[in-house]
Amino acid sequence: MAGLLARIAERWNIHREPGFFKKLDHKWTMVIDLDKCNGCGACVTSCYAENNLPVVGKEECGVSRAFSWLRIERYVEGEYPDVKVKFIPVMCQHCSKAPCETGCPVYATYHNQDGLNVQVYNRCVGTFTCATYCTYDVRRFNWRTYKFEQPLDQQLNPDVSVREMGIMEKCTFCIQRIRAAKDKAKDEGKTVEDGDIQTACVQTCPTGAMTFGDLQDADSKVAKLAKSPRRYKLLEELNTDPSVIYLKRVMKEGPSKHG
Amino acid sequence: MDRSITYKEATEDISGIITKTGWRYYAILTLMGVSGVSFLFLPWAYQIYAGQGVTGLNAPIFWGLYLVNFIYWVGIAHAGTLISAMLYITHTPWRRAIARGAETMTFFALFLVTLFIFIHMGRPWNFYWTFPYPSQREIWTSFVSPITFDVFAIGTYTTSSIVFLFFGMIPDIASLSHTTTGWRKSLYTFLSFGWRGTDRQWHLQAKACMFFAAFIMPLVVSVHSVVSWDFALSVVPGYAKTIFAPYFVTGALLSGFAGVLLMLSVMREAYPVIKKYVTAYHYDRVTVFVVVLSMIWSYLTLMEVVTGLYANTSQEIEHLKYKLAISPFSYLFALMIFSNSVMPLLYIFKKLRSSFIGRFIIPVFVLVGMWLERFLIVPNSLSRKFLPWMWHDYSPTWVEVSITAGAFFFFISMFMIFIKVFPIIAIFEVKEDIGIPMRKPH
Repeated sequence: MAGLLARIAERWNIHREPGFFKKLDHKWTMVIDLDKCNGCGACVTSCYAENNLPVVGKEECGVSRAFSWLRIERYVEGEYPDVKVKFIPVMCQHCSKAPCETGCPVYATYHNQDGLNVQVYNRCVGTFTCATYCTYDVRRFNWRTYKFEQPLDQQLNPDVSVREMGIMEKCTFCIQRIRAAKDKAKDEGKTVEDGDIQTACVQTCPTGAMTFGDLQDADSKVAKLAKSPRRYKLLEELNTDPSVIYLKRVMKEGPSKHG
Repeated sequence: MDRSITYKEATEDISGIITKTGWRYYAILTLMGVSGVSFLFLPWAYQIYAGQGVTGLNAPIFWGLYLVNFIYWVGIAHAGTLISAMLYITHTPWRRAIARGAETMTFFALFLVTLFIFIHMGRPWNFYWTFPYPSQREIWTSFVSPITFDVFAIGTYTTSSIVFLFFGMIPDIASLSHTTTGWRKSLYTFLSFGWRGTDRQWHLQAKACMFFAAFIMPLVVSVHSVVSWDFALSVVPGYAKTIFAPYFVTGALLSGFAGVLLMLSVMREAYPVIKKYVTAYHYDRVTVFVVVLSMIWSYLTLMEVVTGLYANTSQEIEHLKYKLAISPFSYLFALMIFSNSVMPLLYIFKKLRSSFIGRFIIPVFVLVGMWLERFLIVPNSLSRKFLPWMWHDYSPTWVEVSITAGAFFFFISMFMIFIKVFPIIAIFEVKEDIGIPMRKPH
């Protein structure tokens, strides 16, 4: 009896430790250096290939239903001869305080122990609440049953499910690659090291503008880059605490005002 | 109430609505039923088959006409609750003749509310996942989600409304079982649950009604507040407003009372015998509510705009600019103000209250205006969220428009079937209104 009480007290005290529920195994973070980004769109293409995204066609894109999880936003400043075009790759920011997670009634979207904002496709009932609450408009909905015709079905990634009609999805930080790397590390009796995991976009980026890693690991590349004076987060004032860190572009006239 | 009406006359008048049916009733019912099915259920079946892609929804605008209709019908349901619960507890005499009709409206409006929740879902066949039920997968629902609040609020509301409606009907059903024959007699006999009209039964019935009236009363305020939190608990510029709960509740009651007025007026024209029981006095009372609610609503609408201006963030300003000027639907704002703030003020003139304008025109304007209010809030706010790259306009497709219209036809057809099965005016309460015969002045 005394032993049981002691065990209960021990469990109780662990949970009473400040920050227990916020402690994460990893804090996967992406750093995007806008100074290196040239807006080529290779990341977008690799995302389509890696994550089995359907190509929806001209009409659907025309009504703003393009399916890319990762998009390159272009903003034009100035009048014709003196024009500056700026671009910024935007994907799910994996907010630590995500508005979408509070919206879902069935826990189809929640925060996992890796600090990722994950989406459970099979649990989604399609209330659209997460997408409505999302401040970055990065969630994509399966408006129809998107078919992969022959021979396109041969190029589908077997590690990623093909989603059915009526559910919400978004960038997962290539969770299938994270899982694979963690499994491999576990089999070898090691922990995941910096550089073991690369998301599809990071792997593809020709200029090396994107970096992926664990922010909790102080020696990782992202942890070092995250200390850059050029760092900022998208719509930081909304206090969603995103996991994607942007590094401001340096222009001729100093750091850019809009990223 | 005309005190010279006898009890027998009241019973015969009101049960006459149930039993005497002309060809016009069948013609309208067939028209409404067929329109309801073909405008509401066939497009919905098509949508379930083809996916939400058949609607006009797109990447930033995930909530469109279906959510608008959802809020709208919750609003329509509210007056029934107010009349049946709040006015029951305060023993307001004029509620007796109109309460049953209003409660019936509540019931069928809530039916449509549930329908629209299913219609707007991506995978409606999985709706039961939103209920907390024990399963071997050990997955629970998220109690921080406003959608879960909705499930509970509307579930409670629907259940208690049905129970309240039914409890209030038992004495009438029992009295009808004595005068009818055939399937009606067996139905009424079953539904009256052995009501014999003893003192004890009357006592228990009044007690039960009082209990449920007290139970429902907080729901008048809470249900639509919860519905407003679907929006107010987000961070989207047009949605995240603390004023939304009272704003939505006021709007709901305003549209609900307009709905009750229109319903009474149509009933009076269809069955002139009702004119004996629903008189100019009732219009006089209900319209006072409409004027007051309209004024509160106008104030809150102003406050909604001013709060956005006062916040003075670029997103709020952009949202207001879009809503009032740039949006393809911005001209509707003026129509909304005209029909919700200006038109009900006509009720200040006592003569207009029970005139044709007061009975038909103003309620229709308010009903349209309140629909527009929800429409201007729901898709318009999503058109201008944070990142300008994703700004997009919304244009509904024929599927959404057809389902919206079909809901009205379906509502009317269900209501028409109800009035042929159950008394639309509470017979025993009308008799209370008439008073005890022995005490009549000679």
